[in-house]
Amino acid sequence: MLVHSRTGRWTAWVTFAVLFVPLFALPLLVIVAASFSTNWSGAFPSGPTTGHYAAAVRGEALQALTTSLVTALVASLVALTAGTWAALAGAALGRKGKRVLDALFMLPVAVPSVVVGLAVLVAFSQPPVLLNGTRWIVILAHTVLVTAFAHQSVSAAIQRLDPMYEQAAASLGARPSYVLLRVRLPLLLPSLNAAAGLCFALSMGELSATMMLYPPDWMPLPVLVFTATDRGSLFTGSALAVVLMATTLLALLAVSRIRTKASFR
Amino acid sequence: MTSGIRFDAVSVAYGGTTVLDRLDLTVEPGEVMALLGPSGSGKTTALRAVAGFVRPASGRVLIGDRDVTGLPPYKRGIGMVVQQYALFPHLRVEANVAFGLKAQKVPKGEIPGRVAEALGMTGMAAYAHRYPRELSGGQQQRVAIARALAIRPKVLLLDEPLSALDAQLRSGMLAELARLHRELPDVSILYVTHDQVEALTLADRIAVMDKARLQDCGTPQDLYRRPRTEFTASFVGNANLLPVTVGTEGVVFDGTELKVGVSGAAPGSAATLCFRPHLVGLGEGPNPLRGQIVEVQWRGSTHRLYVDVGGHRVKADVRELRETPSPGTEVTLHFAPEDAVLLGAGVNDGR
Repeated sequence: MLVHSRTGRWTAWVTFAVLFVPLFALPLLVIVAASFSTNWSGAFPSGPTTGHYAAAVRGEALQALTTSLVTALVASLVALTAGTWAALAGAALGRKGKRVLDALFMLPVAVPSVVVGLAVLVAFSQPPVLLNGTRWIVILAHTVLVTAFAHQSVSAAIQRLDPMYEQAAASLGARPSYVLLRVRLPLLLPSLNAAAGLCFALSMGELSATMMLYPPDWMPLPVLVFTATDRGSLFTGSALAVVLMATTLLALLAVSRIRTKASFR
Repeated sequence: MTSGIRFDAVSVAYGGTTVLDRLDLTVEPGEVMALLGPSGSGKTTALRAVAGFVRPASGRVLIGDRDVTGLPPYKRGIGMVVQQYALFPHLRVEANVAFGLKAQKVPKGEIPGRVAEALGMTGMAAYAHRYPRELSGGQQQRVAIARALAIRPKVLLLDEPLSALDAQLRSGMLAELARLHRELPDVSILYVTHDQVEALTLADRIAVMDKARLQDCGTPQDLYRRPRTEFTASFVGNANLLPVTVGTEGVVFDGTELKVGVSGAAPGSAATLCFRPHLVGLGEGPNPLRGQIVEVQWRGSTHRLYVDVGGHRVKADVRELRETPSPGTEVTLHFAPEDAVLLGAGVNDGR
């Protein structure tokens, strides 16, 4: 503990609570409370029920949850592969080339996601590559959006990687491909893992680009949350939101468990 | 089969700065060659040029009869050990040692035997299942050496392998390295160090480097007893250097006649007199030098005296004195004629 005096420690905790509770904890707690109620006209919700959850885990809602999970999984895997590949290539380039590559990969983050959604929609609404109306256009948009984050975090990790490991491997007679598979990627594993978690979480929560693209048979959960609350079904929407939140957290927890197993230093 | 290393006018430059300037050097098959020099002298660059991690701007590097200048590192057949060990943190000791064998597609059946052999040689057999992070620095360095030896390289490159170890461990490892070399007489070793003790102990020959250039090369005894340049004299053994004028039967320093061998030097010419601090005696004797003590350092078994003699600082390492003389005291130093070496012209104060 950096703060040594007793009063200092108390002040630190109180400041933390004052900042954390209203900003981060309360909004989430409100959603959880709303998801269990049927009426909220006073200061507190009333009419406790679990009915919203019963609805949230079957039919259309369950469909939306699996849609979100599959989209996030595919998009993160593709993004991680493409992002890592590009980061490795960038590391091998000169300083100028790397800067250009980094800037290109940052574009989808710099551009509002609505614009990315529109761009994907316009680009793939006509042959030769006609994806509009299929699930692939949603997955594609998510991939474009999250690849930037994968590339950035893997790129930073590669920069921190000490070249002496690579050189030791090369001096032992290992070809570059062997060094990549047996030394560099294993050493990057913790970062790859973190990047995968980040991509997954971002994709699970993506709404604005998805709204412009989703076909009727591929509606991710955030869209369902939005339409439910838009219709006025605030409590159903809350239950769906809690399901979305819990699933994402569980997935991240699972990923972080792999990460602790894979970190060596 | 044995093979040496040859540098053929190798120059290396980083962005306009020459860090290695036309190095010509041959490491004979089975020889231990130490590259000795201060940091920034180009010694590590020379080693990295052999390993293939820097590309010479000009010149050739040969391993055996093979020109390897354009070859990537993994095709050179070298073993390398670096100061920071560079063990793969995600692999156990045995997998670290097996790495090179697997990478070179050594038949699977042979690998466990060769791993055990290499670990046995370095005394690390009991640690095969540990991870590098579970080992001490000295143990990690032994594993790194085992890993380099497992691929049975003809050339072993050691880049300051003992610098990260504490003094006691270092002298133990030095003895180990000497033993390894006796057991593997065919392996040529290029040993980069800034530590003269390591170089003197281990090397068959020492190449002294400074300012990107080779300054001197010879056997440890040669360099120590008969240095050819002032840099060698002061870097190897930290010698006293005095500017003198050559006379008929000795030299003249600051108006005093000193009797030393002057074979070959023309009378009247300027030269540098070089003698080791630990061969300087306190009190009257042959070749007396009178001066004032400037500084005294107690080093346990010895005292180091810095004495101002005619404007030049002379270092003397004398056996521990019962009473430490105080700065300002007038003293007389002496040295035997046979302990001094006369070098060619030019001197930079000996400080």
